[in-house]
Amino acid sequence: MAEKVIYVMYDDEEVLKDGAKVLVSKGIKIAEVFSPFPIHGIDPIIGIKNTRLGIMAFLYGLTGLMLATVGMRFFMVTDWPMNIGGKPNFSYLENMLAFVPVTFEFTVLCAAHGMAITYLLANKTLPGMPAQNPDPRTTDDRFVMEIRMSDNLNSSEKDIDEILKNTGFVEIDKKEIK
Amino acid sequence: MQKEAAIREPLILGHKSYHDVTEDVCRPIEDKAPRMWYILFGIALIIALYGIGCIVYLLGTGIGVWGLNKTIGWAWDITNFVWWVGIGHAGTLISAVLLLFRQKWRMAINRSAEAMTIFAVFMAGLFPLIHMGRLWVGYWVLPLPNQFGSLWVNFNSPLLWDVFAISTYLSVSLVFWYIGLIPDFATIRDRAKKPVSKKMYSILSFGWSGRAKHWNRFETVSLVLAGLATPLVFSVHSIVSFDFATSIVPGWHTTIFPPYFVAGAVFSGFAMVQTLLLVMRKAMGLEAYIHTKHVEYMNIVIMVTGSIVGTAYITELFISWYSGVEYEAYAFLNRATGPYWWAYWSMMTCNVISPQLMWIRKLRRSLLFTFFISIVVNIGMWFERYVIIVTSIHRDYLPSAWSMHYPSHIDIGVYIGTIGIFFVFFLLFARYFPVLALNEIKTILKGSGQSYKEAPDYHKHH
Repeated sequence: MAEKVIYVMYDDEEVLKDGAKVLVSKGIKIAEVFSPFPIHGIDPIIGIKNTRLGIMAFLYGLTGLMLATVGMRFFMVTDWPMNIGGKPNFSYLENMLAFVPVTFEFTVLCAAHGMAITYLLANKTLPGMPAQNPDPRTTDDRFVMEIRMSDNLNSSEKDIDEILKNTGFVEIDKKEIK
Repeated sequence: MQKEAAIREPLILGHKSYHDVTEDVCRPIEDKAPRMWYILFGIALIIALYGIGCIVYLLGTGIGVWGLNKTIGWAWDITNFVWWVGIGHAGTLISAVLLLFRQKWRMAINRSAEAMTIFAVFMAGLFPLIHMGRLWVGYWVLPLPNQFGSLWVNFNSPLLWDVFAISTYLSVSLVFWYIGLIPDFATIRDRAKKPVSKKMYSILSFGWSGRAKHWNRFETVSLVLAGLATPLVFSVHSIVSFDFATSIVPGWHTTIFPPYFVAGAVFSGFAMVQTLLLVMRKAMGLEAYIHTKHVEYMNIVIMVTGSIVGTAYITELFISWYSGVEYEAYAFLNRATGPYWWAYWSMMTCNVISPQLMWIRKLRRSLLFTFFISIVVNIGMWFERYVIIVTSIHRDYLPSAWSMHYPSHIDIGVYIGTIGIFFVFFLLFARYFPVLALNEIKTILKGSGQSYKEAPDYHKHH
């Protein structure tokens, strides 16, 4: 089913932010904001929750830490206790200090790459994906607000137009999308 | 939007709008390359091909073609390795450590500094690999299941720690750099007119659209990656120094090596950033973004880390006497007065005296002087590694085994060749990649841009 979408374009992030506040206070839901750089403070206004990627990074780091510990215990103690200068590795704990650098590096490796891959997958930004910004200028110096009519069943298009009028936008575009 | 003190020098000169920033950064990519670019690229390519030729000859013949002997088993190869890793320390320091410290001036330089880091670490990684002689068994450094009685790599060895440190550093830096590049590639994609470049930048930008949620994630990822990369920067050169410090060779066996190597790495890395950026800002017309203030900030970092390095040299000398160990004392006496005295004193002059000149405000704000010093520092830092490595092992416990190291033309060819390969990469980067972090520069335009700072209502809002 085709859906009506309003794209409102601004040329300043502060103006867009003020406009968004007005819209939200009137009960209009803003579906998305496209901008060339992060607009600080827009997330709470349009109701975007903070990302949980930081927690994911911690879990990936923990995984790396465990893998490194288990791996080195197996390689250096269980499977082949290497005898270096008459000092074989009898237990993991006795030799732990020598394993600190690799444990650290592997923790960082897993945390960083795990988070980066999760980030790309969560964003659905992957090689070959098509660009989805409504106007090519949103990666340059324009800021666009997307309002979906299906999100705002209680307001008519006219109501929204009325509220938008005083928010200082530079362009407005209405589209039917599938 | 963050505000800062009005008396602070603006970070972006001129009356720029968001669109101007985009134009300034994208123009060199979209225009035809200037003739100078082709000339430089040609020179770099010839040097790189010569270097690759030397490497191929070395791999085909064996590392006997280097000037190594029974006493001196490490010389130019490891010197070059440590030199390149050191240079590769500035980029991630700028983009990670300075991000955590909220230093906004980093935004003008982090992209190219990090590109430099990645290329420098590539060059560094090359040396241990070719030092193996048999490159095709290079995968033996990884703990892979095998049929040699299941013989694992030695996790007690600093050389293996280095494998993990360098590969983690390289791959994490690469990811950090690329995640920052994605939104900027999207900017170029949306401006591209030719179908080929549109397609290319479309693939490179991963379909980035600049949604609010994506920016929210982007900022968290940048922050967490910076937090992870910060200890990584310090760990990498600490571990490189363990290669020496955990041995019992007089001159290598010192506990101050890790901090001293890290300071030296940052010192040489910033010098390389200065060398490259002073040319790049001019050639690409980026004087409004990378100006005297940025150069001055970097010079202060050079001065501070240079002073740490200088203090470390003197501490080493003092301790070699104070320890009462005659072998240790001789190692340092031999450095300063033995057959390699010229290398030692070149190092002392370049690394101890030259950064002290940066105390003078006029000198550290002079672009020409900075360019000169940045090259001096990089020469000095190469000599530092040469002095540490070669002078320590050329005369150790057994006088009958004393020897000298003379580089062969393959030694020199491989070293010069890596400089060529490095510049091939860097010039390609400058031609096809956004050399400034567009999205980051735009966030500070209102807080630190000249026109906004000079506006009469700048103080009103806070």
